[in-house]
Amino acid sequence: MAAIPAKTGRRPSAARRGQGIESRQRVRDGATSAFMHLVLLMVAVIVIYPLVWVVGSSFGPGGGLANATPIPENATFDNYVHLFTQTNYGRWYLNSLYVAVLNMVGSVALSALCGWVFARVRFRGRKASMLGILILQMFPSFLTAIAVYMLFLNFGLLDSLTGLALVSIAAALPYNTWLMKGYTDNLPASLDEAAAIDGAGRLTIFRKIVLPLMRPMLTFVAITSFTAPWMDFILPRLLLQSNSKQTVALGLFQMITDQYSNDFTTFAAGAVALALPITILYIVLQRHLVTGAMAGAEKG
Amino acid sequence: MSTTETPELPAPAPARTPRAPGRAGPGLPAPVPGLASALVWGAGQLLNRQAGKAAFFFAFFAGAVVWEIATGNYYAGMEFTPRANGGFFIRGLWGLFTLGTQPREMTLTGLTEGDNSIVLMANGLIALLTLALLAIIWIWSVRDAARHRAALNAGGPAETSGDYFKRLWESAFAFIALSPGLVLLVFMSVLPVLFGILVAFTDYSRDNLPPRNLVNWVGFENFATIFAVPSWAATFGGILGWTVVWAVIATITTYAAGLLIAVMLASRRVRFPRVWRSVFLLPWAVPAIVSALVFRSMFNGQFGPVSQWLVDMGVTDERVYWFTDPTSPNLARAIALLVNLWLGFPFFMALVGGVLANIPESYYDAARIDGAGPLQQFRYITLPIVQRTVTPLIILSFVHNFNNFGVIYFLTEGGPDNVDYRFAGSTDLLVTWLFKLTLDNRLYNIGAVMSLVIFMIVGVISVVNLNRTKAIREL
Repeated sequence: MAAIPAKTGRRPSAARRGQGIESRQRVRDGATSAFMHLVLLMVAVIVIYPLVWVVGSSFGPGGGLANATPIPENATFDNYVHLFTQTNYGRWYLNSLYVAVLNMVGSVALSALCGWVFARVRFRGRKASMLGILILQMFPSFLTAIAVYMLFLNFGLLDSLTGLALVSIAAALPYNTWLMKGYTDNLPASLDEAAAIDGAGRLTIFRKIVLPLMRPMLTFVAITSFTAPWMDFILPRLLLQSNSKQTVALGLFQMITDQYSNDFTTFAAGAVALALPITILYIVLQRHLVTGAMAGAEKG
Repeated sequence: MSTTETPELPAPAPARTPRAPGRAGPGLPAPVPGLASALVWGAGQLLNRQAGKAAFFFAFFAGAVVWEIATGNYYAGMEFTPRANGGFFIRGLWGLFTLGTQPREMTLTGLTEGDNSIVLMANGLIALLTLALLAIIWIWSVRDAARHRAALNAGGPAETSGDYFKRLWESAFAFIALSPGLVLLVFMSVLPVLFGILVAFTDYSRDNLPPRNLVNWVGFENFATIFAVPSWAATFGGILGWTVVWAVIATITTYAAGLLIAVMLASRRVRFPRVWRSVFLLPWAVPAIVSALVFRSMFNGQFGPVSQWLVDMGVTDERVYWFTDPTSPNLARAIALLVNLWLGFPFFMALVGGVLANIPESYYDAARIDGAGPLQQFRYITLPIVQRTVTPLIILSFVHNFNNFGVIYFLTEGGPDNVDYRFAGSTDLLVTWLFKLTLDNRLYNIGAVMSLVIFMIVGVISVVNLNRTKAIREL
């Protein structure tokens, strides 16, 4: 598993400034320190400015891109009101939520079960199926998406949110299974064996013993599969068609590419409404996310 | 493979040679029951006096035949054609091979129901996959019959069918638990992948759309188009070159910037490292689609604020059309790389930060005692340790950037236009080109070829990466 916890602290300060440093050294230290802070400040401005700009625009008094400013003079909530009353944004939001919840539940349940079977049960064809999963996982999901699109098109299955969720679950399943398997491999098997001796069935062992231990990886898969549908563009663009079936990402893209709307501030409000919950989620759960990404890489 | 959860699986209808099962002599050589099972499913098991097992295997055979007849159009004294009379298997395979023979036509009674080549192809694929599954069961039954007889001849105990199924149930647990995931994967991933591969060898495109027209097999013609027709080859070569350049630079810049910031934040000279770190994590936490669309607006040539400042400050005389000026494709490319840097560095910063926190301070103390300066410490302690841990992620990041649909499509939509390219602009990556070919231009066959090419490239990188990790050895 990730040998490195993502927690980033400062190094132990035991070696903080030795006593016998001469003052010239200290001046040079001061100059270096000032320079480093200057660099950090510049990076921070570059990082923050676009975000402040779009948040400011979303409160701006309206209209086109040319009038967008980071700090609007007479701030208003009009854009948000307009967004939820005049456009289909609320509908899109619910659509995204539906797909996200379905994707999360399905991904976690299926990948936990499959990962656990691969890690703990020895059966014929195990190596072959795991190799198959590895290969499928390499196949970028949008390549399957395009084939799925052609199939759905000819069978008249397009424009279904549930279909979109199913395709999303399947697309991420090999990778998630691989993560779960890797995590379960590292859990002590002695608990399982003890429970088996006590007469617990396989599914009971899975539910009562392994699943609680898998919680960190379950959390990781849950977060990633919940947030992915909000940002995914290719799959929904291919599989959804009617305006009332769009997801937020699709709707936002249309808002900004529609040359005739010239309604940048509404877009800005929509962007903020989409970004805010996800950003907060990521910042709060950052440790889980970075650790999970490391685990995925180590397992290939 | 999974067998127990699908009791009624159809089979090909092979030439039936019903053969009365001979009396099971105890000294029967092992291949005889095997051969019997090969001809009639379960016959060998019957020879071995395992009626339950015989019924089990025969059920698959019978199920397949019944399924074929029920879905087909069989009646006595007919003139058989696969198109009109075939069932699930026969008509399926016929469709896969011919892709339909009767186009939609205008007749006196109106439009006829023509063959839909793509539906036929998909049905044929499903029939073929089912046949493959049945073939596995067939091999299983043959081997089982022969082996059991061999064991009997060697004086082994005669296992009853009941015991066998109990044993089977135990080992089938894994398959039952995997089956929901397996079914989903087969229908949503494996089938589409196979279908995509097949489309690469057809002429399925906007000029040839079913159900109006029939699609035909064309062999390697599409590959020849992309690699040999000059305009296509030039587009492909140009885009591939830019994709590689993009992926290399994007990966290196994000990693280098992330490393630099992480090292600075780990330094004792920096105050409030946690505050800085939280700020720098923002681009990673904000959904990439939102950030990319925001940058797209900021760099909008006509109304965007960046152009406006440059004019206001007198740097440029007129507005800069960042992503739409065909005379300066490299400007658009450079901006795309910068935006990608903004989006990508926090991830590496977080990763490297985690690694740095775990390097024991004693390493640095020892280096200082030996007289190593900060640069040497970085070069010989920090860098090697970080590199070792982060390398797999750098390779993953390269693959990700190679297929970085989001940044390019949302930011530039592939623009500025390039007159030398077919259906592509100067910043288009292979992925975005593929997307445009398929969705906007409906050149499904060319798109399928591109999918295969991208998969080959990405697959080779992934396999090389995989070989370095523990994954393969731990299978």
